[in-house]
Amino acid sequence: MSAVNSAHSVVEPSGQAKLVASVLVAFYALVSLIPLVWIGLTSVKTPTDSISYPPKVIPYVHFQPSIEGYCNLFSTRSRQTPEYLRSLPPPQGACEEITRSRNMVVVGPSNYVPRYINSLIIAFGSTFLSIVLGTAAAYAFSRFKVPLKDDLMFFILSTRMMPPIAVAIPIFLMYRELGLSDTRLGMILLYTSVNVSLAVWLLKGFIDEIPREYEEAAMIDGYTRLQAFWKVVLPQAVTGIVATAIFCLIFAWNEYAFAVLLTSGAAQTAPPFIPIIIGEGGQDWPAVAAGTALFLIPILVFTVLLRKHLLRGITFGAVRK
Amino acid sequence: MAEIRVQNLVKTFADFQAVKGANFTVNDGEFFCLLGPSGCGKTTTLRMVAGLELPTSGSILLDGEDVTFKRARERDIAMVFQLFALYPHMNVRKNIAFPLVSTGVGREEIRRRVEEAARTLRITHLLDKSVSGLSGGDRQRVALGRAIVREPKAFMMDEPLGALDAEFRHIMCTDLRNLHDRLGATTVYVTHDQLEAMSMADVIAVMNEGRIEQLGSPREIYDRPASMFVADFIGSPPMNFLHIEGTVAPGDNAIAIDGARIGIPVLREGSVETKLVLGVRPEHVTLTDVGSVRGEVFGTEYLGTMQIVTVRTPRGVVKARIASSIPAHAGENVGLAFQTDCLSLFQAGSGKVLASALHDSPMAGVSHG
Ligand SMILES: Nc1ncnc2c1ncn2[C@@H]1O[C@H](COP(=O)(O)OP(=O)(O)O)[C@@H](O)[C@H]1O
Ligand SMILES: [Mg+2]
Repeated sequence: MSAVNSAHSVVEPSGQAKLVASVLVAFYALVSLIPLVWIGLTSVKTPTDSISYPPKVIPYVHFQPSIEGYCNLFSTRSRQTPEYLRSLPPPQGACEEITRSRNMVVVGPSNYVPRYINSLIIAFGSTFLSIVLGTAAAYAFSRFKVPLKDDLMFFILSTRMMPPIAVAIPIFLMYRELGLSDTRLGMILLYTSVNVSLAVWLLKGFIDEIPREYEEAAMIDGYTRLQAFWKVVLPQAVTGIVATAIFCLIFAWNEYAFAVLLTSGAAQTAPPFIPIIIGEGGQDWPAVAAGTALFLIPILVFTVLLRKHLLRGITFGAVRK
Repeated sequence: MAEIRVQNLVKTFADFQAVKGANFTVNDGEFFCLLGPSGCGKTTTLRMVAGLELPTSGSILLDGEDVTFKRARERDIAMVFQLFALYPHMNVRKNIAFPLVSTGVGREEIRRRVEEAARTLRITHLLDKSVSGLSGGDRQRVALGRAIVREPKAFMMDEPLGALDAEFRHIMCTDLRNLHDRLGATTVYVTHDQLEAMSMADVIAVMNEGRIEQLGSPREIYDRPASMFVADFIGSPPMNFLHIEGTVAPGDNAIAIDGARIGIPVLREGSVETKLVLGVRPEHVTLTDVGSVRGEVFGTEYLGTMQIVTVRTPRGVVKARIASSIPAHAGENVGLAFQTDCLSLFQAGSGKVLASALHDSPMAGVSHG
């Protein structure tokens, strides 16, 4: 009967357990953050500092931060003779000054912004499409008598049983024939077809959890099934939709292999573009790091904005009342 | 308000027949109760009337109009679900207003009617609260509010008190019946709880395995059970059954048990089976010294002014509800006497009651469909 004397609760973790858990989480977070911190640091170094050995770690102590990486990321430059540079009017702005100091002039903007915009359009477009199709299919699978329902669900899952890139060559040939190579539409359709299976499965789980009585109540009260779906089912599925959307978005945003294979110009996304910023000398790591750092932002913003839903959604309805 | 007529209603799921030919009429303004054990097809029947399930065969008439294959939203029926189905993303006011919004009623009118419904149910103070924080009883009232606000032709209620605790259920029973009396709305109420049904209903349909076993007023069902199932399902403790062998003919007014003659209401019908069952309500049993059916007192259950005495006889266990003042001790050998004019005689095989003088006069408030 020792439990009677001790005042600890049986459900609340003890202080010691909490401490151990916090230390473990903090340690894990630190380890995962190192690459991100490194990217951030590299993006504000000069090319020379970025490849120096031993590495320069602490800004203002080991190295002087510079915006050269960001300047180079957004511009294309060409090397000129000192005589020519002297003949030019004085540089305007910090970036041009840095460029001149490297014996170069800015000749125009880089392709980073259009590539980034392609990434945004393709990732958000395919996520939107995956969610629309996924929700509709999941609702049908959840509520209606679909012939061969289990087989169809398995078929949908089976599209994920090999790495998508395994079908790269057929898709490459198919896209070439259809004129979808290097088009945003082509990439949206491709990422949607990969994500929609995930979306159907995740969303079916969420919709299954919403009692049918809600729609039935609405349908008795004068609404059509479609109206009941909009007004009653969808609002309750938001959590699941958000969680699914984040998964879809992360895949589409980060996808590299298909992007390399199928896009080269007009529809090229940021992932295949960023590595080629390194330039002819192979030394412009700060620009690559700057491109990567900016590339991380949308997912971060999206996830932080929706984290309230995400946290509830990721537990897959386990704590649903 | 409306009359609901259900004819030969059948519902088959795959190869399982959940409802096997239901026939009943709910008169305008009547409180009609579908009563039966879990899984007997009550919900399925209700859902067909509401339009949430299509019947396999049979028809449903609302005010004479055949609505068998009409959509739920075209029937102008309101339903209260067992778990209330309040929309968690809307507050109380929006929940109650929801059925009105679909009808295109103006905003002011909606406001007025929602507040009127809230006043009727005394939940005005809850209107702007979220439904997730409400107690079971308040949820129940909000669900009722959502049903009455539209002033539908009829109400369907599927075990609406099932989620409430026993104490509160009793209060809600009274409230529900009062509400019904005020609105005068035709109501079909599903429950497995005989007390709820007995205390609220005008007419009860007792269902068993997809069939309606008996249709009648609470009193009729209690006093004149049509089958052993009904006799056993209704009453607490239920009717006692004494198993006997023999045959009876029309006109008989007694049966023989172990050589003794037990008086029964004059039979209007003879038996075709040789195994019979005598049904006696516990309150129609008295302990005597001279009774011809004898047994040993097995236990007593003290209920205040009354007690339930359990007696083991060679014909089966008999429970007697008698005054607490009468002494009865475990192990004692007692004789039993039965109140002759209240007994029922069943055929053991079919479970059906044999018609007797008990069934002669029609009872008040009964409507057979
Ligand atoms: N959609 C369905 N599919 C298959 N069987 C069902 C379905 N709905 C109900 N049943 C079966 O029909 C029987 C009656 O169900 P129900 O009407 O819900 O009973 P009750 O409401 O009286 O408890 C049960 O045995 C149940 O398993
Ligand atoms: Mg039921």
